[in-house]
Amino acid sequence: MSFNIENYFSDQPDGNVILYYKGNIDSDIINHVLDTVEDKMVEVNEQSKLRKKVYNVLVESLQNLYHHVDKVPDDFEDQHSEKYGLLVVKKVDTGYKIITGNFVRSENKEKLEEKIKRINRSSHEEIKELYKFILNHQRISAKGGGGLGLVDIARKTGNKLTYAFKEYNDKYSFFYLDILVSEENQNNL
Amino acid sequence: MEPIIIEGTPKTPTVKFDSAEGVFEIKGRSIPENSVEFYKPLVDWLDTYKESPLTKTVVNIRLEYFNTSSSKCILDVFKKLEAIHKAKNEVEVNWYYEEDDEDMLEAGEDYESIIRVPFKMIEIVE
Repeated sequence: MSFNIENYFSDQPDGNVILYYKGNIDSDIINHVLDTVEDKMVEVNEQSKLRKKVYNVLVESLQNLYHHVDKVPDDFEDQHSEKYGLLVVKKVDTGYKIITGNFVRSENKEKLEEKIKRINRSSHEEIKELYKFILNHQRISAKGGGGLGLVDIARKTGNKLTYAFKEYNDKYSFFYLDILVSEENQNNL
Repeated sequence: MEPIIIEGTPKTPTVKFDSAEGVFEIKGRSIPENSVEFYKPLVDWLDTYKESPLTKTVVNIRLEYFNTSSSKCILDVFKKLEAIHKAKNEVEVNWYYEEDDEDMLEAGEDYESIIRVPFKMIEIVE
Protein backbone atom coordinates (compact mmCIF):
# COMPACT_ATOMS: atom_id res chain seq x y z
CA MET A 1 0.00 0.00 0.00
CA SER A 2 1.41 3.37 -0.92
CA PHE A 3 1.76 6.20 1.56
CA ASN A 4 -1.16 8.58 1.64
CA ILE A 5 -1.10 11.47 4.07
CA GLU A 6 -4.88 11.76 3.97
CA ASN A 7 -5.62 8.23 5.23
CA TYR A 8 -5.20 9.30 8.82
CA PHE A 9 -8.29 11.46 8.92
CA SER A 10 -10.31 9.88 6.13
CA ASP A 11 -10.36 6.91 8.55
CA GLN A 12 -12.22 9.02 11.08
CA PRO A 13 -15.27 10.45 9.40
CA ASP A 14 -16.78 12.13 12.47
CA GLY A 15 -17.59 15.82 12.38
CA ASN A 16 -17.84 18.44 9.65
CA VAL A 17 -14.67 19.65 8.03
CA ILE A 18 -14.70 23.44 8.06
CA LEU A 19 -11.21 23.88 6.67
CA TYR A 20 -8.74 21.68 4.88
CA TYR A 21 -5.34 22.75 3.64
CA LYS A 22 -2.14 21.10 2.53
CA GLY A 23 0.89 22.88 1.14
CA ASN A 24 3.32 25.59 2.08
CA ILE A 25 2.78 27.18 5.49
CA ASP A 26 3.72 30.83 5.18
CA SER A 27 2.60 33.96 6.94
CA ASP A 28 -0.17 34.74 4.42
CA ILE A 29 -1.64 31.24 4.68
CA ILE A 30 -1.64 31.51 8.46
CA ASN A 31 -3.53 34.83 8.24
CA HIS A 32 -6.00 33.37 5.80
CA VAL A 33 -6.67 30.25 7.90
CA LEU A 34 -7.13 32.30 11.08
CA ASP A 35 -9.56 34.70 9.37
CA THR A 36 -11.54 31.89 7.77
CA VAL A 37 -11.96 29.85 10.94
CA GLU A 38 -12.71 32.93 13.06
CA ASP A 39 -15.37 34.09 10.58
CA LYS A 40 -16.96 30.64 10.56
CA MET A 41 -17.14 30.53 14.33
CA VAL A 42 -18.67 34.02 14.47
CA GLU A 43 -21.16 32.99 11.79
CA VAL A 44 -22.49 30.13 13.93
CA ASN A 45 -22.45 32.30 17.07
CA GLU A 46 -19.92 30.12 18.83
CA GLN A 47 -19.56 31.07 22.50
CA SER A 48 -16.66 33.44 22.92
CA LYS A 49 -14.75 31.30 25.42
CA LEU A 50 -14.54 28.36 23.01
CA ARG A 51 -13.90 30.67 20.08
CA LYS A 52 -10.88 32.16 21.81
CA LYS A 53 -9.48 28.78 22.75
CA VAL A 54 -9.83 27.48 19.20
CA TYR A 55 -8.18 30.63 17.84
CA ASN A 56 -5.29 30.38 20.28
CA VAL A 57 -4.69 26.72 19.61
CA LEU A 58 -4.89 27.32 15.88
CA VAL A 59 -2.26 30.08 16.10
CA GLU A 60 0.09 27.82 18.04
CA SER A 61 -0.39 24.77 15.84
CA LEU A 62 0.14 26.76 12.63
CA GLN A 63 3.17 28.55 14.00
CA ASN A 64 4.57 25.24 15.22
CA LEU A 65 4.43 24.11 11.60
CA TYR A 66 5.88 27.41 10.42
CA HIS A 67 8.84 27.24 12.80
CA HIS A 68 9.58 23.53 13.05
CA VAL A 69 8.69 21.44 10.00
CA ASP A 70 11.46 19.46 8.37
CA LYS A 71 12.01 19.68 4.63
CA VAL A 72 9.96 17.19 2.59
CA PRO A 73 11.56 13.92 1.35
CA ASP A 74 13.16 14.10 -2.12
CA ASP A 75 10.55 11.85 -3.69
CA PHE A 76 7.48 13.52 -2.17
CA GLU A 77 4.86 14.84 -4.63
CA ASP A 78 5.12 18.46 -3.45
CA GLN A 79 8.69 19.71 -3.89
CA HIS A 80 7.75 23.40 -4.07
CA SER A 81 6.64 23.94 -0.51
CA GLU A 82 9.50 25.01 1.65
CA LYS A 83 7.45 24.39 4.79
CA TYR A 84 5.02 21.65 3.94
CA GLY A 85 2.16 21.12 6.32
CA LEU A 86 -1.33 19.72 6.49
CA LEU A 87 -4.22 21.21 8.42
CA VAL A 88 -7.76 20.04 9.05
CA VAL A 89 -10.24 21.92 11.24
CA LYS A 90 -13.42 20.05 12.07
CA LYS A 91 -16.53 20.80 14.08
CA VAL A 92 -17.29 17.79 16.26
CA ASP A 93 -20.02 17.17 18.87
CA THR A 94 -17.93 18.29 21.82
CA GLY A 95 -16.13 21.25 20.20
CA TYR A 96 -13.49 21.55 17.48
CA LYS A 97 -10.73 19.30 16.26
CA ILE A 98 -7.52 20.69 14.84
CA ILE A 99 -5.35 18.13 13.07
CA THR A 100 -1.95 19.08 11.75
CA GLY A 101 0.54 16.97 9.81
CA ASN A 102 4.15 17.41 8.83
CA PHE A 103 7.27 15.47 7.93
CA VAL A 104 9.71 14.72 10.69
CA ARG A 105 13.18 13.35 10.02
CA SER A 106 13.87 10.10 11.86
CA GLU A 107 16.56 11.66 14.03
CA ASN A 108 14.09 14.29 15.30
CA LYS A 109 11.25 11.91 16.01
CA GLU A 110 12.35 10.65 19.41
CA LYS A 111 12.83 14.12 20.87
CA LEU A 112 9.40 15.25 19.72
CA GLU A 113 7.71 12.10 20.99
CA GLU A 114 9.45 12.42 24.36
CA LYS A 115 8.22 15.99 24.66
CA ILE A 116 4.62 14.98 23.98
CA LYS A 117 4.80 12.05 26.38
CA ARG A 118 6.14 14.30 29.09
CA ILE A 119 3.24 16.70 28.59
CA ASN A 120 0.70 13.87 28.51
CA ARG A 121 1.81 12.39 31.80
CA SER A 122 1.72 15.76 33.57
CA SER A 123 -1.20 17.06 35.62
CA HIS A 124 -2.77 20.40 34.75
CA GLU A 125 -0.87 22.02 37.62
CA GLU A 126 2.42 20.52 36.40
CA ILE A 127 1.74 21.82 32.89
CA LYS A 128 1.20 25.32 34.27
CA GLU A 129 4.51 25.10 36.13
CA LEU A 130 6.28 23.71 33.06
CA TYR A 131 4.92 26.60 30.99
CA LYS A 132 6.21 29.14 33.47
CA PHE A 133 9.56 27.42 33.71
CA ILE A 134 10.10 27.42 29.94
CA LEU A 135 8.80 30.99 29.67
CA ASN A 136 11.31 32.18 32.22
CA HIS A 137 14.34 30.05 31.35
CA GLN A 138 14.44 29.23 27.66
CA ARG A 139 15.41 31.71 24.98
CA ILE A 140 13.75 31.94 21.59
CA SER A 141 15.44 29.45 19.27
CA ALA A 142 17.20 30.21 16.01
CA LYS A 143 14.09 28.90 14.24
CA GLY A 144 12.03 31.51 16.06
CA GLY A 145 10.01 29.17 18.25
CA GLY A 146 9.73 29.58 21.96
CA GLY A 147 9.47 25.89 22.79
CA LEU A 148 6.11 26.63 24.39
CA GLY A 149 3.63 25.79 21.64
CA LEU A 150 2.72 22.22 22.63
CA VAL A 151 2.71 23.03 26.34
CA ASP A 152 0.39 25.95 25.68
CA ILE A 153 -1.94 23.80 23.58
CA ALA A 154 -2.16 21.18 26.34
CA ARG A 155 -2.71 23.84 28.95
CA LYS A 156 -5.43 25.71 27.09
CA THR A 157 -7.36 22.64 25.94
CA GLY A 158 -6.99 20.65 29.17
CA ASN A 159 -6.89 17.56 26.95
CA LYS A 160 -4.20 15.00 26.22
CA LEU A 161 -2.31 15.43 22.95
CA THR A 162 -3.27 12.65 20.56
CA TYR A 163 -0.60 12.00 17.96
CA ALA A 164 0.74 9.46 15.49
CA PHE A 165 3.89 8.91 13.47
CA LYS A 166 3.37 7.13 10.14
CA GLU A 167 6.56 5.88 8.60
CA TYR A 168 7.21 7.33 5.16
CA ASN A 169 10.58 5.71 4.55
CA ASP A 170 13.63 4.94 6.68
CA LYS A 171 14.55 8.61 6.90
CA TYR A 172 11.14 10.23 7.40
CA SER A 173 7.91 9.89 9.30
CA PHE A 174 4.75 11.88 8.83
CA PHE A 175 3.64 13.29 12.16
CA TYR A 176 -0.01 13.92 13.00
CA LEU A 177 -1.12 15.98 15.94
CA ASP A 178 -4.78 15.62 16.73
CA ILE A 179 -6.05 18.31 19.11
CA LEU A 180 -9.50 18.45 20.65
CA VAL A 181 -10.66 21.84 21.86
CA SER A 182 -13.77 21.05 23.81
CA GLU A 183 -16.49 23.21 25.28
CA GLU A 184 -15.83 21.96 28.76
CA ASN A 185 -12.35 20.63 29.12
CA GLN A 186 -12.23 16.97 30.05
CA ASN A 187 -10.19 17.55 33.20
CA ASN A 188 -8.39 14.36 32.46
CA LEU A 189 -4.92 15.76 32.83
CA MET B 1 12.71 61.15 24.53
CA GLU B 2 10.45 60.43 21.58
CA PRO B 3 7.32 58.39 22.37
CA ILE B 4 6.64 55.12 20.58
CA ILE B 5 3.35 55.03 18.73
CA ILE B 6 2.59 51.97 16.60
CA GLU B 7 -0.74 51.30 14.95
CA GLY B 8 -2.13 47.81 15.45
CA THR B 9 -2.45 45.24 12.68
CA PRO B 10 -4.35 41.90 12.70
CA LYS B 11 -1.18 40.27 14.04
CA THR B 12 0.54 42.99 16.04
CA PRO B 13 -0.73 45.20 18.85
CA THR B 14 -1.24 48.93 19.14
CA VAL B 15 1.60 50.35 21.18
CA LYS B 16 1.78 53.73 22.91
CA PHE B 17 4.78 54.40 25.10
CA ASP B 18 4.55 57.96 26.30
CA SER B 19 7.64 58.92 28.26
CA ALA B 20 6.29 62.39 29.12
CA GLU B 21 3.24 60.95 30.90
CA GLY B 22 4.86 57.70 32.01
CA VAL B 23 1.95 55.71 30.59
CA PHE B 24 2.71 52.70 28.41
CA GLU B 25 0.05 50.71 26.63
CA ILE B 26 0.02 47.49 24.59
CA LYS B 27 -3.35 46.61 23.20
CA GLY B 28 -4.94 44.19 20.70
CA ARG B 29 -3.53 41.03 19.15
CA SER B 30 0.06 39.94 19.38
CA ILE B 31 0.47 36.85 17.21
CA PRO B 32 3.30 37.57 14.74
CA GLU B 33 5.51 34.72 13.52
CA ASN B 34 8.56 36.78 14.34
CA SER B 35 7.80 38.46 17.64
CA VAL B 36 11.41 39.43 18.38
CA GLU B 37 11.44 41.70 15.34
CA PHE B 38 8.36 43.50 16.68
CA TYR B 39 9.36 43.73 20.35
CA LYS B 40 13.06 44.44 20.12
CA PRO B 41 12.61 48.19 19.47
CA LEU B 42 10.25 48.38 22.47
CA VAL B 43 12.71 46.62 24.74
CA ASP B 44 15.55 48.87 23.49
CA TRP B 45 13.41 51.95 24.07
CA LEU B 46 12.69 50.83 27.65
CA ASP B 47 16.40 50.35 28.16
CA THR B 48 16.90 54.04 27.44
CA TYR B 49 13.82 55.08 29.47
CA LYS B 50 15.06 53.19 32.51
CA GLU B 51 18.13 55.45 32.68
CA SER B 52 15.91 58.38 33.73
CA PRO B 53 12.36 57.20 34.33
CA LEU B 54 9.51 59.22 35.80
CA THR B 55 8.84 58.60 39.47
CA LYS B 56 5.69 56.76 38.45
CA THR B 57 5.19 54.54 35.40
CA VAL B 58 1.82 52.97 34.60
CA VAL B 59 1.65 50.07 32.16
CA ASN B 60 -1.64 48.96 30.63
CA ILE B 61 -1.69 45.57 28.94
CA ARG B 62 -4.93 44.93 27.16
CA LEU B 63 -4.41 41.96 24.86
CA GLU B 64 -7.09 39.95 23.15
CA TYR B 65 -4.72 37.22 21.96
CA PHE B 66 -1.01 36.61 22.18
CA ASN B 67 1.05 33.71 20.95
CA THR B 68 3.74 31.87 22.90
CA SER B 69 6.49 33.58 20.95
CA SER B 70 5.14 36.99 22.06
CA SER B 71 4.86 35.71 25.62
CA LYS B 72 8.66 35.62 25.89
CA CYS B 73 9.00 39.10 24.44
CA ILE B 74 6.36 40.45 26.82
CA LEU B 75 8.39 38.94 29.64
CA ASP B 76 11.41 40.89 28.36
CA VAL B 77 9.33 44.07 28.50
CA PHE B 78 8.32 43.27 32.08
CA LYS B 79 11.93 42.58 33.03
CA LYS B 80 12.86 46.11 32.01
CA LEU B 81 9.99 47.43 34.12
CA GLU B 82 11.16 45.31 37.02
CA ALA B 83 14.58 46.97 36.79
CA ILE B 84 12.91 50.41 36.89
CA HIS B 85 10.92 49.33 39.94
CA LYS B 86 13.99 47.89 41.62
CA ALA B 87 15.70 51.29 41.25
CA LYS B 88 13.03 52.66 43.64
CA ASN B 89 10.63 54.08 41.10
CA GLU B 90 6.92 53.38 41.21
CA VAL B 91 5.74 50.96 38.51
CA GLU B 92 2.23 49.62 38.22
CA VAL B 93 1.00 47.04 35.70
CA ASN B 94 -2.69 46.89 34.86
CA TRP B 95 -3.46 43.56 33.22
CA TYR B 96 -6.85 43.62 31.50
CA TYR B 97 -8.84 40.51 30.59
CA GLU B 98 -12.34 39.95 29.29
CA GLU B 99 -14.74 38.53 31.81
CA ASP B 100 -14.94 34.99 30.42
CA ASP B 101 -11.28 34.79 29.47
CA GLU B 102 -9.71 32.74 32.25
CA ASP B 103 -6.73 31.92 30.03
CA MET B 104 -5.85 35.62 29.78
CA LEU B 105 -6.25 36.06 33.54
CA GLU B 106 -3.98 33.06 34.15
CA ALA B 107 -1.41 34.47 31.73
CA GLY B 108 -1.35 37.68 33.77
CA GLU B 109 -0.94 35.67 36.95
CA ASP B 110 2.01 33.84 35.41
CA TYR B 111 3.80 37.14 34.86
CA GLU B 112 2.81 38.41 38.28
CA SER B 113 4.47 35.36 39.84
CA ILE B 114 7.69 35.81 37.83
CA ILE B 115 8.12 39.59 37.89
CA ARG B 116 8.54 41.62 41.06
CA VAL B 117 6.29 44.52 40.11
CA PRO B 118 2.79 45.18 41.48
CA PHE B 119 0.09 43.85 39.13
CA LYS B 120 -3.56 44.72 39.09
CA MET B 121 -5.90 42.27 37.32
CA ILE B 122 -8.75 44.18 35.77
CA GLU B 123 -11.80 42.42 34.38
CA ILE B 124 -13.39 44.08 31.36
CA VAL B 125 -17.14 43.69 31.63
CA GLU B 126 -19.01 44.35 28.42
